[in-house]
Amino acid sequence: MDLAYGPEYETFRAELRAFLETHGSEAPGRRGEIASVGSAEVTAWQAKLIDRGYAARTIPKEYGGAGHEADPLIATILSEEFGRTHVSKGVGGQGIDMLVPTLLEHGTEAQKKRYVPATVRGEMVWCQGYSEPGAGSDLAALQTSGRVEGDHLFINGQKIWTSTAQFSQMMFALIRTEPDAPKHEGISYVLVPMDTPGIDVRPLKTMTGHAEFNEVFFDEVKVPLANIVGRRGEGWKIANTTLRHERNMLGSSATSESLYEGALQVLREERIDGGRAVDSPVLRDRLMKLQAETIANKAHAMRLLTSRLRGENAGVAGLVSKLNGCQLNHDLAGLAIDAMGEGGALYRGSERARDGGRWQFQYMFQLGLIIGGGTAQIQKNIISERGLGMPREPKAVKAAAEATPGSDT
Amino acid sequence: MDFGLSEEQALLDETVRRFLDERLPMSRVREVVESESGVDDEGWRALAELGVAGALVPEAFGGAGLSLLDAAVIATALGHGAAPLPFVGSSVLATLLLRDVADGDVQAQWLPALAGGGARIAVGIAERVEARQGAGLTEAEGGLSGTALFVLDGQDADAFWLVCGDDAHLVRAGAAGLTAKPLPTIDRTRRCVEVGLEDAVPEASYRGVGASLDRVLDAGRIVLAADILGGCDRALALSVAYATDRKQFGRPISTFQAVKHMCAEMAAAIEPSRSLVWYAAHAWDALPDEAPLLATLCKAHLSDVGHDVMRTATQVHGGIGFTDECDLQFWFKREGLSRQLLGGPEALRAHAARLQGIA
Ligand SMILES: Cc1cc2nc3c(=O)[nH]c(=O)nc-3n(C[C@H](O)[C@H](O)[C@H](O)COP(=O)(O)OP(=O)(O)OC[C@H]3O[C@@H](n4cnc5c(N)ncnc54)[C@H](O)[C@@H]3O)c2cc1C
Repeated sequence: MDLAYGPEYETFRAELRAFLETHGSEAPGRRGEIASVGSAEVTAWQAKLIDRGYAARTIPKEYGGAGHEADPLIATILSEEFGRTHVSKGVGGQGIDMLVPTLLEHGTEAQKKRYVPATVRGEMVWCQGYSEPGAGSDLAALQTSGRVEGDHLFINGQKIWTSTAQFSQMMFALIRTEPDAPKHEGISYVLVPMDTPGIDVRPLKTMTGHAEFNEVFFDEVKVPLANIVGRRGEGWKIANTTLRHERNMLGSSATSESLYEGALQVLREERIDGGRAVDSPVLRDRLMKLQAETIANKAHAMRLLTSRLRGENAGVAGLVSKLNGCQLNHDLAGLAIDAMGEGGALYRGSERARDGGRWQFQYMFQLGLIIGGGTAQIQKNIISERGLGMPREPKAVKAAAEATPGSDT
Repeated sequence: MDFGLSEEQALLDETVRRFLDERLPMSRVREVVESESGVDDEGWRALAELGVAGALVPEAFGGAGLSLLDAAVIATALGHGAAPLPFVGSSVLATLLLRDVADGDVQAQWLPALAGGGARIAVGIAERVEARQGAGLTEAEGGLSGTALFVLDGQDADAFWLVCGDDAHLVRAGAAGLTAKPLPTIDRTRRCVEVGLEDAVPEASYRGVGASLDRVLDAGRIVLAADILGGCDRALALSVAYATDRKQFGRPISTFQAVKHMCAEMAAAIEPSRSLVWYAAHAWDALPDEAPLLATLCKAHLSDVGHDVMRTATQVHGGIGFTDECDLQFWFKREGLSRQLLGGPEALRAHAARLQGIA
């Protein structure tokens, strides 16, 4: 047990801190803030970060990245320091986190050249077209079809819950191209320009009041066969390799730490009958309970990081972070709201709403994350089956050939 | 950066587990808990040879000179085996007090004997955490008087550390005016006693050692949490195994999603708890500023996780889980005692808030 990172890493951290102190104010709004996606402000900041190796760090230089070796400790320092200072860590989202690693692993040279640099610069925004009305947890049941004619695919069908589709230039989609093949073998991974005729994006307002995701309809949408990543019919396997990249990111303990700090501040500042909320033994007890969980998840993240560094398989320990982290975040938001009493119900539009209604927003948003990226129940299936070696349900055995479904975003 | 057990620690864990599997299987545990002393003396001496009894005794006194993280690894293995052995009381609390507050002569007299497994010291410190009705000690010219409750591993102890305010007194079991009477709790695998004193004269007294007492309390909380963790591991393993064997509706109950999800919930709660126990123990060894808060929250958290796991595991077993015949009840009850000792979750969380200046 040794929690020190070592001198070369501490030097890296010190340089990063100095950079954030000097330049942090130039960063655009919080990561993922919808209005700023693709703006000049975002791309300028992104360029600055790549230049110093603070963003797109492990993406090769020829594709617009900083070209460094993968190093989990550096990645941890980056997320710790950007998180601590609440400075945007540059372009995020499904393009850079999921599509780019997929293309680097499975794409042709032409596909990599064409899409990776623009995505990395933040100029090309992507959405993920996986879920359909009839295919959520059971993702491989998807029906959106791609008919092959000559050098082209003609896509018909519907995607749903597609985050950021309304301002994306591109979609990476799972499309059924081999209607006669078994469920998992008839799917292709296709890159679809969103300005292709026949695509209709209809925003779906979420419970938070924002249009955070969309329905996307396809009517004879013509896409070159060259836009298929990997071989036709191998899309399920390809999607699964990226899901592995994604699963590592979910349930991050840094989010819980920052929500805990925020909730603590709310409890300290809110007054109940002239006294502080934190002096209520009941609220304080809930706070301490969630602090213990927050610290446990942080320690757990360090343990998983060590497993990766040691090249060990973390076993069941590696499968629980998404389930625990998302639930904890939801509970932290719930506590902050309860500490505000009736005021906790105020939302955007009220001048009295604390932090512009941030906590109600979080309470809803975090619930969305419990569902998205593989529901809590699907996580429990994964933990019991892959982690504890318990059997699949009898009827599901045949259908779920090689992967547990529904672990998309 | 390396957050995990070392190879030596993994080996230590394996060694203790294997020893318990061979020497103290549940059939033997059942015999020991029916005995007068409630401790497997022979087993304890054999484990002492492996360095367990003297894990925290410095090498200069014949011990293994290990860290608290090592002790936590041992405690997890002992919890996993529901071992009827006086590790937490004698090898952790009493040993650390000897190490931290006693003078050289007293150390030389007791530490080698503890390390060898031939002597045991129990600690009465419950009143420093929360004084309950009818408990507490006072000191007068004639000696110590009053009652110390929940003296863990106190059955057949050779001496007692008794805490009175910020002072620690070492009193021999045979001292005039001292009586130790069994305090039967639900957990038969570890024995608590109630120590009554009437002008009993200590063999040694150390005054104004409050800071050491608090540090020992932190260690005790971490090690109890580690014991709970081991019990949780065992309860989950038993549940998965039982669910695999047991058939209803023509199929193993492990194929029912409700049962699988109960097991998944236990695993999801246990794994970060393990990380937290390691973190708190490491902090006690190496990060003294963080240790008090981590020890406090760790014990509170493990107590809650322990309760949930024991309740869930019992339900996975159905009716058999409710029987004496089913071994699961040993861990259910062991957790039930550990949870209450050295501060229950609510008391600990209030303490955690005070430590941070929140309350
Ligand atoms: C905020 C948010 C953003 C999203 N963004 C995207 C996106 O960008 N792109 C995209 O493609 N998708 C996206 N999704 C969709 C998301 O992946 C799905 O909602 C999710 O996989 C669940 O599918 P579903 O909604 O069809 O629910 P269903 O699968 O119908 O599930 C309904 C209920 O049944 C349970 N259930 C289903 N199957 C099982 C089973 N085998 N065992 C036990 N319980 C089961 C579920 O746990 C759930 O409680 C997003 C969702 C959310 C909430």
